[in-house]
Amino acid sequence: MKALMFGWEFPPHILGGLGTASYGLTRGMSRCGNMDITFVIPKPWGDEDRSFANIIGTSQVPVAWRDVSRDYVEQRIGKLMDPELYFRLRDHIYADFNYMRTNDLGCIEFSGRYPDNLLEEINNYSITAGVIARTLDFDIIHAHDWLCYPAGIHAKQVTGKPLVIHVHATDYDRSRGNVNPTVFNIERDGMIHADHIITVSNLTRQTVIDKYGIDPSKVTTVHNAVVPLSQELLDVEVTKPKEKVVTFLGRITMQKGPEYFVEAAAKVLKNNHNVRFVMAGSGDMMEKMIDLAAARGIADRFHFPGFQKGKQVYEMLKASDVYIMPSVSEPFGISPLEAMQMGCPSIISKQSGCAEILNHVIKTDYWDIDAMADAINAIISYPALYKSLREEGLAEVAQITWEKAGQKVIDIYNKVLQNY
Amino acid sequence: MKAVSFNFEIHQPFRLKRYRFFDIGNDHYYYDDFLNDDIVTRIAQQSYIPAAETLLRMVNDTKGAFRFSISLTGAAIEQFEQYVPEFIDILRKLADTGKVEFLATPYAHSLASLYDPEEFQEQTKVLCDKLYSLFGQKPKVFRNTELIYSDDIAPQIYAMGFKGSLTEGAKHILGWKSPDYIYSAASAPKLKLLLKNDKLSDDIAFRFSDSNWDAYPLTADKYMDWIASTPAEEQIINICLNLETFGAMQPASSGIFQFLEALPRFANERGIEFWTPTEAISKLKAVDSLAVVHPISGADEARDVSAWCGNQLQREALDKLYSAGERVRLCTDRRLKQDWWYLQGSDHFYYMSTKHFSEGHANFSPYESPYSAFTNYMNVLADFLVRVDEQYPLSVDNEELNSLLKTIRNQESEIAELTREKESMSKSLAQYNIEHNNRKEAAEAPAKPRGRKACATKEAKPKATKKKAE
Repeated sequence: MKALMFGWEFPPHILGGLGTASYGLTRGMSRCGNMDITFVIPKPWGDEDRSFANIIGTSQVPVAWRDVSRDYVEQRIGKLMDPELYFRLRDHIYADFNYMRTNDLGCIEFSGRYPDNLLEEINNYSITAGVIARTLDFDIIHAHDWLCYPAGIHAKQVTGKPLVIHVHATDYDRSRGNVNPTVFNIERDGMIHADHIITVSNLTRQTVIDKYGIDPSKVTTVHNAVVPLSQELLDVEVTKPKEKVVTFLGRITMQKGPEYFVEAAAKVLKNNHNVRFVMAGSGDMMEKMIDLAAARGIADRFHFPGFQKGKQVYEMLKASDVYIMPSVSEPFGISPLEAMQMGCPSIISKQSGCAEILNHVIKTDYWDIDAMADAINAIISYPALYKSLREEGLAEVAQITWEKAGQKVIDIYNKVLQNY
Repeated sequence: MKAVSFNFEIHQPFRLKRYRFFDIGNDHYYYDDFLNDDIVTRIAQQSYIPAAETLLRMVNDTKGAFRFSISLTGAAIEQFEQYVPEFIDILRKLADTGKVEFLATPYAHSLASLYDPEEFQEQTKVLCDKLYSLFGQKPKVFRNTELIYSDDIAPQIYAMGFKGSLTEGAKHILGWKSPDYIYSAASAPKLKLLLKNDKLSDDIAFRFSDSNWDAYPLTADKYMDWIASTPAEEQIINICLNLETFGAMQPASSGIFQFLEALPRFANERGIEFWTPTEAISKLKAVDSLAVVHPISGADEARDVSAWCGNQLQREALDKLYSAGERVRLCTDRRLKQDWWYLQGSDHFYYMSTKHFSEGHANFSPYESPYSAFTNYMNVLADFLVRVDEQYPLSVDNEELNSLLKTIRNQESEIAELTREKESMSKSLAQYNIEHNNRKEAAEAPAKPRGRKACATKEAKPKATKKKAE
């Protein structure tokens, strides 16, 4: 089966969980066999793993005809795209986009990030999707998250092939209820046009049904999974501090509930001094959190090391005794699974999607700082609990594989194609 | 001749309240009274009371041909006394018929038999005393918590004076053997073992209202047919049921009470008798001895003790708890002792089981997960251990403590003896004074016989003073 996927991020150049999930899912699906996946992203860097999917960057897709030689194309974008494909795509330009800002190859430039003119970039992405859809042969279209829904709809309208959209998050999660109407409209539009909707948790599924008014029968949950960590990452060496370490890792934004972590930390420190708290990451609430920690008089034990990337993340997890994710609303939340892979016991909020599939973690309500403080204290004071969560957690997370998730997605494809 | 022995178990744990680590050292009350009251009252109304009334009616209607045994834990009795005393009254009426046998069991429904032999003995004794004071019966047969049994436990049961014990007819122990005989314990040959018939017990407890079961619906007629059709040599069939089966696990609407009430009639038709465990062990001889190296129980598919001490959380909690055993037994603080028992309830450890995350185990647990069960319990235990430590600091070695306590107790008894002596001294002194006065009077009004008596007391006088000097 041939699938055309639209995504926004792809490792190693990722900004959030979306890229990790897209990568894992695509790889898992390709391992199930008999899948030919084309993955479209705005801006490839050339160092992506292309072993299981053909990656097309929209910044290499011509939308305006340029008379260029094969050698020139080879020299300009050879490491990102096969020149042959460039010419095939050029043959399928469907309108004159010369009025747009295009480069010497007739392509639109993409940042591949989340710039201020994001809506414009989404629109451009959808324009190029039209060219790709007209060029390639595929059976089904799969669009990841709202940024790609317009592209998916466009491809569906051009080819008449069924569209599956993958909801990794909704604007209700990102904004604690104060949705941006433009984003909401794009999301809802995608859901209405989709032949089937995949959500990453039952929590998100319920949001899609309740808030967007979608027929429950066309919404299915496929929980995310994790890619097994390489031995190199598992073996990272760190020097552990004398004290126990409790870590929060993620964007410091309203959605992640950082203030509850600070309050819980203050409670723990009242009775137990042998512990340090770390809030790694950056975000618009960071300064507020530094203020709050100071106001609670725990700044000497509460640290803000800033944004962590790559290996640093795993070093951090390895040095931690407890990982905490007090998210107010988390569609899935892959980070606790990574913490568990590193053998770090996790405390997660019941309002996160991964709580639906994890047993060997401690779950509390995000607002219940008493329960959170109690759980932190229990893990650092009762060695049996720490050991049990660590060992059982490792075993549990090893069972959550993308191959299983990929198979579920393929089953959904088959069902959609049957009824189409 | 074939007989059925019905054994009903009644137990309710003291469920703990939500106890945070910042309560440690500040709050010494651990129980969720509201929840306990709610559950115990509800189950009593739904199940215990109607079931006991049905049983009482059955005993009376059959003129005592229907008889059975009940095992009742101390934790349950205390909660009944507190929340539903009317149930105790019904149990008394049952006891008064003389056809109901009460079995001994550890007071706290504890795992002391696995961890602390001394505690095991003490709890059994306390329960026996309690049963005697309530129902005027001294238990003769023992039924351990959750039917736990092993070769290590058997001699202890026998040493406590029990002639028989009820346990699980675990398949991996019995092999080809049938549970429907009396066996003797390999490690205590004089102790007779009654084994639970799993199939026939679970037919009532779990399958009764299961409409997918091929034998559904189960009638008393059919059930007694099954019992009658067992081989003729199999003489005693032990059915062990939680009394909650009637009305709670199997709702009244399933017809479980009518089923129960119809049993004696159909048994009678087939010449099947009802025996109490004591009758069974006195009427029948053991056919073979049974060795049980690793402890067995009535729980789970595995019929071992892994439901309570299978994972490291449970083992840690149990080890910590029983490490305080010796010290708690030394102390005399009643509240501490009471908490000590309540915290031993096997249920607390059952809630920590991670064996079947999705099924079974979670059903009866007041906690969301085994981890929160563990956290809560350990917080409570931490506070409890602080209290024990305040009484007997850990810095003092147990043996040293013991000898110190012995000295203190010896001193106490010595002081008591000296006080007694002192009292007798002062009594005799008072006597002497009286007689001295009498003598004076006598001297004033001389009379021979009196004078002689006075002489005798006079001789006794130096002796008494001598003793006082000692």
